[in-house]
Amino acid sequence: MERKNQNPIVNWIVKSKILGILFFVIIGATAVFKLGTALLDNPSLFLQQVVNGLQLGFVYALIALGYTMIYGIIQLINFAHGDVFMVGAFASFYSISRYNVHLWFQNLFPSVPAMLAQAIGAVTVVLVSMVVCALLAFTIERIAYKPLRTAPRISALITAIGISFFLEYFGALGFVFTPNYITYERPFEVTSWYIGPEGFGSIQAGVATPPHSLIFSNIFLIIVLASVFLLLVLQYIVKRTKIGKAMRAVAYDKPTARLMGINSDAVISITFALGAALAGAAGVLYAIAYPQVFFSMGIIPGMKAFVAAVVGGIGSIPGAFIGALIMGQAETLSAAYISTPMRDAIAFSLLIVVLLIRPKGIMGETSSEKV
Amino acid sequence: MNRLNKTSIFFLVGAVLVFGIVQALISAGIINSFWSTIVLLAGVMAIVSLGLNLIYGFNGQFSLGQYGFYAIGAYTAADITYRWVQLHSASGLTVILMISILVGLAIFLIRGVVSKIRGMDTLSAFALYLAGVLVAIFIATRLGMLIANPVTALFNLMPEKVAQYVVYLIAVLLGGLIAGEVSFLFGLPVLTLGSDYFGIATLGFTIIVKVLLDNSDTMLGFDEMKGARGMIGIPKITTWATVFIFLLITIIVIRNLLNSSYGRAIVSIREDETAATSMGIDVAFYKTITFVIGSFFGGLAGGLYAHINGFLHPNTFSFVKSFDPLIVVVFGGLGSVTGTVGAAFGWALVLEGVLRLILPEGFETWRFVIYPTLLLIMMLLKPNGLFGNYEIPFIRSVVPPLKEKKADEETAKEVA
Repeated sequence: MERKNQNPIVNWIVKSKILGILFFVIIGATAVFKLGTALLDNPSLFLQQVVNGLQLGFVYALIALGYTMIYGIIQLINFAHGDVFMVGAFASFYSISRYNVHLWFQNLFPSVPAMLAQAIGAVTVVLVSMVVCALLAFTIERIAYKPLRTAPRISALITAIGISFFLEYFGALGFVFTPNYITYERPFEVTSWYIGPEGFGSIQAGVATPPHSLIFSNIFLIIVLASVFLLLVLQYIVKRTKIGKAMRAVAYDKPTARLMGINSDAVISITFALGAALAGAAGVLYAIAYPQVFFSMGIIPGMKAFVAAVVGGIGSIPGAFIGALIMGQAETLSAAYISTPMRDAIAFSLLIVVLLIRPKGIMGETSSEKV
Repeated sequence: MNRLNKTSIFFLVGAVLVFGIVQALISAGIINSFWSTIVLLAGVMAIVSLGLNLIYGFNGQFSLGQYGFYAIGAYTAADITYRWVQLHSASGLTVILMISILVGLAIFLIRGVVSKIRGMDTLSAFALYLAGVLVAIFIATRLGMLIANPVTALFNLMPEKVAQYVVYLIAVLLGGLIAGEVSFLFGLPVLTLGSDYFGIATLGFTIIVKVLLDNSDTMLGFDEMKGARGMIGIPKITTWATVFIFLLITIIVIRNLLNSSYGRAIVSIREDETAATSMGIDVAFYKTITFVIGSFFGGLAGGLYAHINGFLHPNTFSFVKSFDPLIVVVFGGLGSVTGTVGAAFGWALVLEGVLRLILPEGFETWRFVIYPTLLLIMMLLKPNGLFGNYEIPFIRSVVPPLKEKKADEETAKEVA
């Protein structure tokens, strides 16, 4: 029984929740005003930032999918996921610079057109990283998480943190990866195009790009295409295949799924491997876009992707994707128009604001907790 | 009441013995400066972790924000003593004292208003508190600057050493208070989130604090904090005696808190929130108060930490490090005061001391390979923590131990 307040004005203030709404409206209006003036000021620059944000957002999406799947199935915040991403980037670095994996098709069939051979080589590099990461995650799951299935949930979280430290600092040893920053060698040439009022064309050295045009590179196209393709594959696996059905069943109710004859341990291992494979692909794409690899490169993207998964509604695959795109935009736009050093703070403030408005994330289930 | 029964006397005698032995070893030079710094760090870590254990172990709120409050306390206290030692001005002291008083006052006043209004939603209340706190800060900074000079003169009447130590003690306490007030404001909306989401939001808080500290000179206008370059020139005056006394106070406060009706309410929320609500316990109130007290201890420890090395850097409070108190708490055993203190000392001695000493030349980087390996092995062998729910008699007499079969219960809940 809610009793009414005596004063009608107070009653109205409480009923309408006006103060809380006002609070968010002020924050939102400030952001919209800032971005709106930026858009009107220089539309092509603004769109360029949006394109940059998309590129980042799609990479985050691939990492976020791993977080969201693992959380969905065993409610574990897998802090080691960002470091699996790092291992993926390093695996591709070594397969390119040491083993020339990206050239294998060219070397075997020199008569094939260079474009096609390059594409096949690049895809092979990505696949190698995906397999390496999947195997790594499978091993991690068996060693560090499986024995703790019945222990308190926090124990598995601590081992996840331990694995994360281990991967970073073991990787930092001289004979494993290195403690240094390494320049990444891309498996293909970068070409850029411009599109704008002056039309469309490719950018050549020595030729001035027309003003007010949007610039994008083949890296951007590859990241978008690869991410969307991998998302569709994942969506197919989860929604249409038998193993996907088993995953959903285990995520929904583990004991019952086990009673129905589903090998839940195997399903969990496969989920880890699948998530890690996506992180491996993300590692390659991230290294191609921002060509530098180092042992702690996974921390910040991993964190951002995790936040993206939460913003989107952890446990939901489309949610992770939407959250990642939002995070990508938030990061580039706030770096461009609000404050570069504050961009991480703004991204996390956004997380808190989203959680306050929708406590389970944008696409999360809004049903109340089981009592 | 059993104010001075046998276990209390045993505890106090034991504490004095531990203090005396370590102090004697430090004075005699048997514990050199390397190890004595580690002992100090361990004591500080014990205080931070006790704060977190109160929040997570006893109240069940999964917080990753403890290092954020630790950082707030450290920088607040460091700013006060820095201004006193380097600029010979009590302006830091007076301004922050005024801020903490007026913000506290504003919170109490608004709390009085909000509790009279029925059915106010959290966000509206938060907006109200925020507005009040901003006004309070605005007035307090002006008031503080006004009384800075008289207070400086007052402190100058004391001998230099005494004045410095008094300023330092007040600074440490104010660091805790400011951390507590920030935690109240932050906790108000965020504590309504579910367990994991609360953890994630507090993790966000830690990162926001770290980023703000990185830019403290350019964006917040605190030139002496020097942002990402690190703050230097803080007096190194934390001693084993100070750390030990604060640790002792923390243990006794937590023990007595848990012994009170507040403590029983706090623990009942951990055991079953729904049942606690139905017994008439104001869950939101007790969650907030636990969060504030836990964060207060975090801030307090921060103030002590700032004066150990005389150097602060935002990277000390990065989110990777913010897992440290969580690791200590889980290692010691959730909801075990003894375990937390033991684990904090063990953790610091092994990680900072033993591992640094045993690794031969050229293998220093292996420290962080061995540490997670140890972490992993310990967690796999003892998932419920080193001490489980063992407590020394002084605390065991009042603290309800965490139920043995926590894990089985969770599975049982899953099955149900």
